[in-house]
Amino acid sequence: MADVEATTVEVEARELLPPPELDLRRAVRLGLSNVAAMVLVAATGIVGTFQGRLIIDPFIPLGLLFLYMVAWAFAWLAAKPPTTLEGFAPAVPGSRNLVAGALAGGIGGAGIALLLVLMTNFNLRGIFIELSPQLADTLSFGIEVAEQEEGLFVVNVAATLLIIAVATAAGLAGAGVHLLAVRWRRALMPGLMWVLIFALFTDMIGQFFGGIGLEFVTDLLFASRGGPLTVAGAVIVFVAFSALYWYRGGRKTTLRQRFEILPAERRTRWTIGLAAVILVVLWFMPRVMGPFVSQVLDIAGIFLLMALGLNIVLGYAGLLDLGYVAFYAVGAYTAAILTSPLSPAFSPELGLLAALPFVMIAAAIAGVVVATPVIRMRGDYLAIVTLGFGEIARILLNSDWLSPYFGGAQGITNIPDLQIGPLTFRSPQDYFLPIFIFVVLAAYITLAVQKSRWGRAWMAMREDESVAEAMGINIVTAKLSAFVVGAILASFGGALIGSQIGSVFPHSFDIVVSITVLVIIIVGGMGSVPGVTVGALALIALPNLLREFSEYQFLFYGVLLIAMMLVRPEGFIPSKRRAQELHTEELAQDDWLEIYSEGPTAEQVPEGSA
Amino acid sequence: MAMLDINGLSKAFGGLRAINDLTMHVDEGEIVSVIGPNGAGKTTFFNLVTGMETPDDGNILFENQDLVGLRPNQILGLGLARTFQNVRLFPAMTVLENVMVGQHARTKSGLIGAIFNTPRHRREEAEIETRAKDVLGFFGSRLVGYRFDQLSMMLSYANRRRLEIARAMATDPRLLLLDEPTAGMNPRETRELTELIGRLRSERGYTIVLIEHDMQVVRDVSDRVIVLDHGVKLTEGSYEEISSNQDVIEAYLGRPAELGT
Repeated sequence: MADVEATTVEVEARELLPPPELDLRRAVRLGLSNVAAMVLVAATGIVGTFQGRLIIDPFIPLGLLFLYMVAWAFAWLAAKPPTTLEGFAPAVPGSRNLVAGALAGGIGGAGIALLLVLMTNFNLRGIFIELSPQLADTLSFGIEVAEQEEGLFVVNVAATLLIIAVATAAGLAGAGVHLLAVRWRRALMPGLMWVLIFALFTDMIGQFFGGIGLEFVTDLLFASRGGPLTVAGAVIVFVAFSALYWYRGGRKTTLRQRFEILPAERRTRWTIGLAAVILVVLWFMPRVMGPFVSQVLDIAGIFLLMALGLNIVLGYAGLLDLGYVAFYAVGAYTAAILTSPLSPAFSPELGLLAALPFVMIAAAIAGVVVATPVIRMRGDYLAIVTLGFGEIARILLNSDWLSPYFGGAQGITNIPDLQIGPLTFRSPQDYFLPIFIFVVLAAYITLAVQKSRWGRAWMAMREDESVAEAMGINIVTAKLSAFVVGAILASFGGALIGSQIGSVFPHSFDIVVSITVLVIIIVGGMGSVPGVTVGALALIALPNLLREFSEYQFLFYGVLLIAMMLVRPEGFIPSKRRAQELHTEELAQDDWLEIYSEGPTAEQVPEGSA
Repeated sequence: MAMLDINGLSKAFGGLRAINDLTMHVDEGEIVSVIGPNGAGKTTFFNLVTGMETPDDGNILFENQDLVGLRPNQILGLGLARTFQNVRLFPAMTVLENVMVGQHARTKSGLIGAIFNTPRHRREEAEIETRAKDVLGFFGSRLVGYRFDQLSMMLSYANRRRLEIARAMATDPRLLLLDEPTAGMNPRETRELTELIGRLRSERGYTIVLIEHDMQVVRDVSDRVIVLDHGVKLTEGSYEEISSNQDVIEAYLGRPAELGT
């Protein structure tokens, strides 16, 4: 108690406490984690696989860059000044931060050096097949590792020192970020990021400049079409983007603020204008970006549609539905049966647009069917039962028993293209727009419902089901409606993707789809529409665009999930309330300080006649 | 005819008879306190009345309608609302939203209305908000202004208790069941709440049943006191009668050792 009182006095006098010193032991601990991460990157073959891929022609290969980016990241974390708490002076980064970064990076380098020594003296390939002599060569930066002689333990001193030096340098670079002035940091870091983006997405960037008729930019930046960046290209990209962010950082007000002070009438005009521009851009974008990128964006859009649906079921109503893929399947199959001439049992050959109301009805029925038995279940039990439903749906569609209706493993093919009046949507580029419209619609519904009577009822049910019921909410209706809304959104996704691809097969509807959608909303930010959008782009579009990394896609998913849960459990762009929920201790402190720094409020002063 | 009429109510959990053949009534406009030592079955009694538990035997008539077998939300719809002994708010919802949820049973608009943002939906939302703010205003300046948008879990303990009462008030009850409304409050807050319970009747016209341990509160607010012990109604009467009743004193303090036998 004495401590608390002392602090109170400090705050009232507006005297700030010195910030806590940076913890070097933490840096060492992070260094050890860094060892584990770097060895993992080497042992899983990421370094070896991407060594051939040049980021900047001719001397920066992706494999090693990736390895030392890990060291960089851990050093950045180790040197990060502690969060400034109210009542404390902000920490000023200095040499201690550099030491911390160098420690974290250097220890990681030592780990790799040790791995190299082990690799040269023992044969580890029985366990880690990727630890090949070529990898040893890569890790030692090409320094010839001495021939191993019988009975001798070889340590290549030059290679060891070089590795530690490079890792320490990477660590210093990571720590140095904190020493930069904020405006510089906000300019240089995005600059580097854009260099990396240009280097990784060479095909797409080339396609983009080609699409808007600026092929010469591609030739200027890249060594060849689809090849790595040249040194000059990298510098141009870095300087251009850094300058852009530098300029932006110098402005006193953000665009949003400048928009918000406009009079209402001009604001509406700007909004309409902006919407029109976005629509025009979206209309031309698929054409500019080509079929491959459009296909990827289509798939990301479908997953986004499903994620928005699951966001209602899980994010709002708190119902953990692991069989969400079932509704996607219902949508796809209903649309396929109603539209395809090759539907085995019943084939009215409707257009997709005419079939959509029936898709909705089928999805609603499916939602009710799944929800009814689980009305009185909560949490884990609900998850297990819905998991079962998801699998049942797939197995039934795949079964011989129902193959006269659903085509069994052969699925249903020849699903016609979407046709609206005279417009036929055929290619992935064409489909982008309808998918986009459905996504916008789903986002609108999500936001509209959130602030409504049922939105509140769902949230209350999520918070405490029995109290919600005691406060007058009909739990049966609330659960059914959440499931039905979620099911309808997922079914639209299924109907669209079936028509775009032209066929549906049972094996496209396995549990991985449910899990992926779940991961999207967890990583993106549960309950937040922008968060879910970012989640879908990061987890669906990115891996598809970076096909060369597909081997490691699920490894990255796993790492990302763990990192997110540790560092940012509320997701990339959380809803405001969820962020508050998960960081209460900080907010509680703020509250407390607010009360004491502004003098006693009504809460503290006894009023004789309150 | 009493507003709440309970006859032969019994509830056992395994071998434990939490409520045993309880018969009692509450008249309209009354404030009735239910007291008794820990484990006397007071909260179980509230759970039975509000439908959160199903009685084994007996009936509960609220304005001549039997409540046994109804779901909690239906019972709330009839005009019975409660608070909880261990405050149970919706922690990750704002203060205002907590109270707005209370009006769920009194409003009608559906999902379709919300999606198409119909005038009716907009009108009802505005109404819900006005009413919620009105109810929160009942507690003076404590739960208004910037508090509207604060998550309820960030409130102080006493404010959570107040918010729970506000949420119950928002359901437009005719009978309000308060489960230890002053538990954990300091003497000043307790005094304030005592006065507030009186105002709940005089200004809002609620009939009130409360479970309370603080005898001062019981003395100050109740028209009638019912004493429960081991699920059985020990006695009932005015505070003065109860406080001098030998059985009640024994239930609370234990039977004096009989010397010399």
